[in-house]
Amino acid sequence: MGYVLSQDSFTRVLGKIGLDRRLYAPVNKVGEGRYTDVDVVRYDFISEAAEIEMEKKSDYAFKELLTPLSETLFFFTENEVKEADYDQREVLVFLRACDLHAVKRLDAIYLENGRFPDPFYKRIRDRVKFVLIGCGHSYEDCFCVSMGTNVAPEGYLFSVDLQDGSYYIDVKDQDLAPLFAAEAEAEQEVMARHVTENEVKVSVPADVPLAVYKDPLWDEYTARCINCGRCNFVCPTCTCYTMQDVFYTDNGKVGERRRVGASCMVDGYTNVAGGGQYRRTNGERMRFKVLHKIVDFRKRFGYDMCVGCGRCDQVCPEYISYANIINKVKKAAEGGAANA
Amino acid sequence: MRKMSENPYVPYPSEILQIIRHTDKEYTFRMRFTGEVRPGQFFEVSVPRYGEAPISVSGIGRDYVDLTIRRVGRVTSEVFEKGEGTSLLLRGPYGNGFDTSLYENGEVIVIAGGTGVSPVRGVIDALAGTKDARDKHVIVGFRSPSDMLFRDDLKRWDQALDLILTVDGAPEGYTGNIGLVTKYIPDVPIRDVKKARAVVVGPPPMMRFSVMGLLQKGFEEENIWVSQERKMCCGLGKCGHCRIGQTYVCLDGPVFNYTESKNMLD
Repeated sequence: MGYVLSQDSFTRVLGKIGLDRRLYAPVNKVGEGRYTDVDVVRYDFISEAAEIEMEKKSDYAFKELLTPLSETLFFFTENEVKEADYDQREVLVFLRACDLHAVKRLDAIYLENGRFPDPFYKRIRDRVKFVLIGCGHSYEDCFCVSMGTNVAPEGYLFSVDLQDGSYYIDVKDQDLAPLFAAEAEAEQEVMARHVTENEVKVSVPADVPLAVYKDPLWDEYTARCINCGRCNFVCPTCTCYTMQDVFYTDNGKVGERRRVGASCMVDGYTNVAGGGQYRRTNGERMRFKVLHKIVDFRKRFGYDMCVGCGRCDQVCPEYISYANIINKVKKAAEGGAANA
Repeated sequence: MRKMSENPYVPYPSEILQIIRHTDKEYTFRMRFTGEVRPGQFFEVSVPRYGEAPISVSGIGRDYVDLTIRRVGRVTSEVFEKGEGTSLLLRGPYGNGFDTSLYENGEVIVIAGGTGVSPVRGVIDALAGTKDARDKHVIVGFRSPSDMLFRDDLKRWDQALDLILTVDGAPEGYTGNIGLVTKYIPDVPIRDVKKARAVVVGPPPMMRFSVMGLLQKGFEEENIWVSQERKMCCGLGKCGHCRIGQTYVCLDGPVFNYTESKNMLD
């Protein structure tokens, strides 16, 4: 069922929904960007409709809620291991279609890969539900259409589109419908908007022969990439982490075990005891990352990991275009010269 | 032993039954453990507040597992401070390990270098116990005579099967073999090279050249197995560090048939 709401009435609905849930949405952080006087759109907890950034694409993904950059797993006291507590409230995450597709990828790694679902991920994930933010137009660097992630047919409680100051809501979860009905200016058919064409287009190769792993196309990135790892941290589907123990300086007998976000681009990712290391050059690391997103993950799970959000292109300080790399890989995979 | 937590990340304490000192920086810790485990599998060993490290199983007994640990990092240095009767925290075992039944019959060659002997120690023991142990060949290489591990086992293996023990280099006066393991591959007497099986474990270049040597000798690719060492942070297929292509070394390995591993490019 569809509803049209004013900003104030949408805020009142959010107030009711938020009574027993936390609301997590993209927020425009004024002046908090990487350069002076530059804004950044990051996720945060909100309580009012006006706080949700409905127009700009978020620079960082929602994933920090599900996979915090630093997450305490348990505490060590002298003779005990105690699992860390967590917030048990349900969370409603506002995200766009590409990111909703990304959730499926996070679930694949944390819940499906290996013999055990990850208990720390699962306990948060079980409490998370989604709200789809419609896309009225494509943004710079987006290539969701090429990746087939431009439409999200299901998996959310309701969708929201902001048009001419009004919030257009399509409610999928019938328990929530009365809350919207009570505040709506109008009831009408509403469809979440979605993009049907992006300026950036990629063509993912069906298969990548091993020869492409050794192709000179990667050398360019040994020269250009500075392995800062930003692409991994903005990517909604990057899931890697490193285990880390710390002890408290005021009581050395007590400490905790954490997992912290890891980047396959950064030094140390593959280090084994005694100094062994795999993939020393940034070109090799770029190859490892890119082929995971468009080939290797698919071989294991049946669909591509990349959702085409384009955040990695946007954040790269060396202006490396990942979308461009995909197209180069495609050419190389089909036997053409990558740089032709 | 305390019951394992439902949470696979929570380690359980295991008593150090015995410490066997091989070299200054390589000890075997005999840990109390009952449960199913295979050679080539690994445990995540941790000292709370210092961290975890993946360590392969170097020996299996009725109520223990041996973990041969090299003192090279933050965690392992802390492990070396522990004494018999104290405990370490363990998770595991993880990985597939070796199927020793594959190597019980017929001609077999095991090539191991340095700490790579740990994961195949159980395999070599199995070979030593077979009826046709004459057909079991083992080439073991260490950097130098003072880097040798499992000296007692080496003596035992030398009696039971065809053992070639070599070192990369040695001080003057050393009377044993000197040279890389690959030097000895051509001379190993194999009657039916098309059926003979091989296991290769060690540092990456050593494995690469040993496999090359075996292939040149006429071994079939599908008769060669290798064990891969990667940084396995979680052992559960989540952390991503050990991934090679579509393969997770901690889940699908660390033991791979060469027909698979030859297509695994880091």
